Amino acid sequence: MTSLASPASPARPLGRGLRFGGLAIAAIVLYTLALWLALPGQTGLTSQQAFPVAIQQTVNALSIGAIYALIALGYTMVYGIIELINFAHGDIFMVGAFMAIVFIGGIMGQSGPVDNIPFLIILIGGALLFTMPIIGILNVSIERLVYRPLRNAPRLAPLITAIGVSFILQNVALVVAGSGDRRAPQVFPLSWQINVGGASISVLSIFIFALALTLMIGLQLFIGRTRLGRAMRATAQDREAASLMGVDQNQTIALTFLLGGMLAAAAGLVWGLRFGFVRQDLGFNSGLKAFTSAVLGGIGNITGAAIGGFVIGFIENFASALGYSRWSEFLVFMVLTLVLIFKPSGLFGQATGDRA
Amino acid sequence: MTAPPQTSTSGPRQSGLRATLADLRNASDRHRSLTIVVAMVITTVLMYILPAIPPLSIVQGRGIWYDSFANAGVFVLLAMGLNVVIGMAGLLDLGYAAFFAIGAYAYAYSNSPFSGTDLPFIPMLFVGAAVAGIFGILLGAPTLRLRGDYLAIMTLGFGEIVPIVFLNIDKFTQGTNGIGGIYRPEPLPFLGAFSPNSPFNYFIVMVVIVTITMILLYRLQDSRIGRAWNAIREDELAAAANGINTVTTKLLAFSLGATTSGLAGVFNASKLTIVSPDQFLFTVSFTVLAMVILGGMGNIWGVAVGAFIVYNIQAVFLKSINGVLETIGVPDFTLPIVNLHVDLAKVPFVDYQFLLYGVALVLMMLLRPEGLFPNQRRRQELHIAEEFEGGEGVETAGGMGAAPGGGETGGTL
Amino acid sequence: MSLLDASRITKRFGGLVAVNNIDFSIPEKSIVSLIGPNGAGKTTFFNIIAGIYDPTAGEIHFGGRQVIARPRRPWLEPVVWVVPALLVALATIVLGLEGRSETSIIIGLFLTVLTLMVVLLIGVARPPAYQRFLIRLGIFKSARPNDMVINGLGRTFQNIRLFQNMTAIENVLVGMHTKLKSTWIDAILSTPRDRREEQVARVRARELLALVGLKGRDDQLAKNLPYGDQRRLEVARALASEPQLLLLDEPTAGMNPRETQQLTDLISRLRSDLGLTILLIEHDMRVVMGISDRVTVLDHGEKIAEGTPDEVRRNPKVIEAYLGTPPADAPPAFEPADETVAPASPTVEGAGS
Repeated sequence: MTSLASPASPARPLGRGLRFGGLAIAAIVLYTLALWLALPGQTGLTSQQAFPVAIQQTVNALSIGAIYALIALGYTMVYGIIELINFAHGDIFMVGAFMAIVFIGGIMGQSGPVDNIPFLIILIGGALLFTMPIIGILNVSIERLVYRPLRNAPRLAPLITAIGVSFILQNVALVVAGSGDRRAPQVFPLSWQINVGGASISVLSIFIFALALTLMIGLQLFIGRTRLGRAMRATAQDREAASLMGVDQNQTIALTFLLGGMLAAAAGLVWGLRFGFVRQDLGFNSGLKAFTSAVLGGIGNITGAAIGGFVIGFIENFASALGYSRWSEFLVFMVLTLVLIFKPSGLFGQATGDRA
Repeated sequence: MTAPPQTSTSGPRQSGLRATLADLRNASDRHRSLTIVVAMVITTVLMYILPAIPPLSIVQGRGIWYDSFANAGVFVLLAMGLNVVIGMAGLLDLGYAAFFAIGAYAYAYSNSPFSGTDLPFIPMLFVGAAVAGIFGILLGAPTLRLRGDYLAIMTLGFGEIVPIVFLNIDKFTQGTNGIGGIYRPEPLPFLGAFSPNSPFNYFIVMVVIVTITMILLYRLQDSRIGRAWNAIREDELAAAANGINTVTTKLLAFSLGATTSGLAGVFNASKLTIVSPDQFLFTVSFTVLAMVILGGMGNIWGVAVGAFIVYNIQAVFLKSINGVLETIGVPDFTLPIVNLHVDLAKVPFVDYQFLLYGVALVLMMLLRPEGLFPNQRRRQELHIAEEFEGGEGVETAGGMGAAPGGGETGGTL
Repeated sequence: MSLLDASRITKRFGGLVAVNNIDFSIPEKSIVSLIGPNGAGKTTFFNIIAGIYDPTAGEIHFGGRQVIARPRRPWLEPVVWVVPALLVALATIVLGLEGRSETSIIIGLFLTVLTLMVVLLIGVARPPAYQRFLIRLGIFKSARPNDMVINGLGRTFQNIRLFQNMTAIENVLVGMHTKLKSTWIDAILSTPRDRREEQVARVRARELLALVGLKGRDDQLAKNLPYGDQRRLEVARALASEPQLLLLDEPTAGMNPRETQQLTDLISRLRSDLGLTILLIEHDMRVVMGISDRVTVLDHGEKIAEGTPDEVRRNPKVIEAYLGTPPADAPPAFEPADETVAPASPTVEGAGS
């Protein structure tokens, strides 16, 4: 029985939020320190030089972690509500990234950094308003066409079907956009940097983190405080009981897919801005990492997925900062293995006391 | 001892053709191995003769056909092996290509200038298969306690990791270049030497391997362990309550599947004479999965035929369709509204094969999950859930998720 | 002589206490019934005995051997898992310190993972020697369901859990799983031993089917059998493993009086002819009163009464648990003997329908 719940009680949100924030800051600081200590040994930098690099890498970790977190939320919500691992979710993210290119590059005709702040806001806001609904609706349509008929089939069936959908999405992208990297207009100027402790931190990274945080808090509020959100939580806990209480299953599940798709679209936009390229297998690779994040945090648990995303982002960043980027996927897989062996319910999930 | 005759009702004795077919089916059940051998001999003869005459001879030359058949055989083996895991035991393995890779690299280590050794082919078939089987056990041990969905992800991850590992430890594996110049099998009695000019030899060897594997797999299916797999697939809790050690039984299925995959890997390496990480990506696992689904999960000959058909569509049909269309002279046309000009003869169908598989897979799962050649039992299992809209039937039908919670907690001691 | 001895069994699900400190023993060759209102914890208790749930506290001895227990030293468990791998990792670090190349790290990583896997494999396969090792260390937890079958336990389920798409005889053959000795290797080689064993197994399976009254139904799919027959098939399947103790969870649920009578006869015969010990969960009081040597009553997870059927029937606590405190002018709770379903004489037919 999974729940779209946070680990602690919803009472006293402020106190909990503060404690949470405090822990998060402590973790970030520790990470920076760890990098600072490890970098000289692995890369030949002096301790002096390593410090700003450590800070920069920490910021990188936060921004990639934010992206994984946004994608992981989609996985965890869908699993929480219909116990399906939506293999195609990573590819939804990829399609979102392409859609963002369509808007910014195609419709708005931009190809490079934009200095004008109001125009930039319009661009990015417009991109979000364009891609999020479209990808959300795409996700809902997939659910309606492909997953809904299989809702009561043995578990093997929707799982395999999701893989099929994943391949369809990837190959449609291949057909339409061709293989190889496609340029994504990085309209948010990478040159905007601020100086912290000798390190240049790009404002884009801060923006990504802030955007992700806003979306996640918004999601949390929606699920925790609104009627529809309550319906989602109820359906996740006990589908049959919820429907007996008058909750429209189809609508609730569709809503879940909608929200997941929207978050993935935001992640896609942000990816394009940050990395400047999109490829049709982007979803597959990032999807696996995002799914690991969801499992790490406790599948079905929203806060867990968010935290998991950041943890995975940090792990990946640590490996690549020290020069082992080739092994980053291996590391993430090891994390997944260890979590599933020792604590399959993840960091914040509920363990059951029996086995069968 | 083979399975009992498949009569579920004793209706009035039917006449003529029906009776003959029923008798034939009963006889084949009782003498299964003989049936398989006979069927394979007939098939082989057909595969030998048909490429020599039109229409097959038009599409490509005889030798190339035998080569295609041998390659198809690799996928037939893979599909039959994956069928044990998915079809018989009900475990979704998405990283099947990893074991294929392990078998192939094992052979590469034993038979190439890179490693400097040259070991005989036939023993290496067994060794490579065994090595893959051991890795199957190693992967399966920690993961088979998990629920079906988690198992799928773990195997997917493993399937991703193995090529990455082979890519990265380039001191041992030459990374992206892979290991080339692998020695072909030594000359065998009756067949003579193996060379690029002897596709027929590979073809015959593959036929023998497939026949033997089929016989062994059918025996497994009808045995105590086959029943245990069925039981686990239907209702894992009830299976355990009847004394079946579900974990070791699942492990056996998993590692036998891995063994078969490794076997195919050894053969493939000896034929292609080169192994490299990009031969073993997820697309291979996905293709084999599609073959099993299309052919009919749980049906040994069904998946074999499915694999054969799919491979030939991919390797022969899609490649040559452009030429055929060109010859026939299909006119180009323009799609209205989108104003897209389409010249069918120039469309690179080969590149779009995975799109095709994806669509085929989704359609199959929605409309006919039991596959093209269904196992009677599975068809009933897969459609039972449709009778229960409230989802009640799910527990007893094909229950992969019988274990509650998120898999078992730490204590397996 | 007790066949089964359970002491201080408690089971908590989060905050809910399903079973609270129950002592329970079953004398050999007896028929014991477990009754109580719905939600009393009967099936939970069953599932603990059968190895499906771990008890939160308490122990169970079966045939003199401890089978279910809470670990004495739970902290030792993760240690046992991790120590071997840790040792290997340490060894490689020490040995590799001179090299420090990528090769040695990789080999070291590989070996560590290998060791971990091997430990897991052993932990997962749980060979008997390993279980004895665990008992010695004090971290042995519980027998799993399949271990309990090997120990001599058979069970049926409250909502029938047959293998619906397998035939009747196949269901029974699965039940025989622990009694058949041929391995997968025997199967693929089709050794004479394997073939002989299969033949013998089928003969025995047919005997069992006949015993429960399903003679000649070998090849019927389980799901096509009528309800009463399905329940009987489940009993046949449970008998296939030649258990000493048979756990029957509401075996007569949903049956009409005639079927109930037949099943009761069968249960009685199982004890008298096969020497089985039987533990029954039942709601049908006629069955309970008619066939049990002893009745135990649970309510809200606790044992509130135990004794012969007559003793229990008159126990005020039992009456209250089922019916609440009756008003002063209410008739007595259980009507006397003309309602009991006593096992009939051996000449009553039990075969077919």
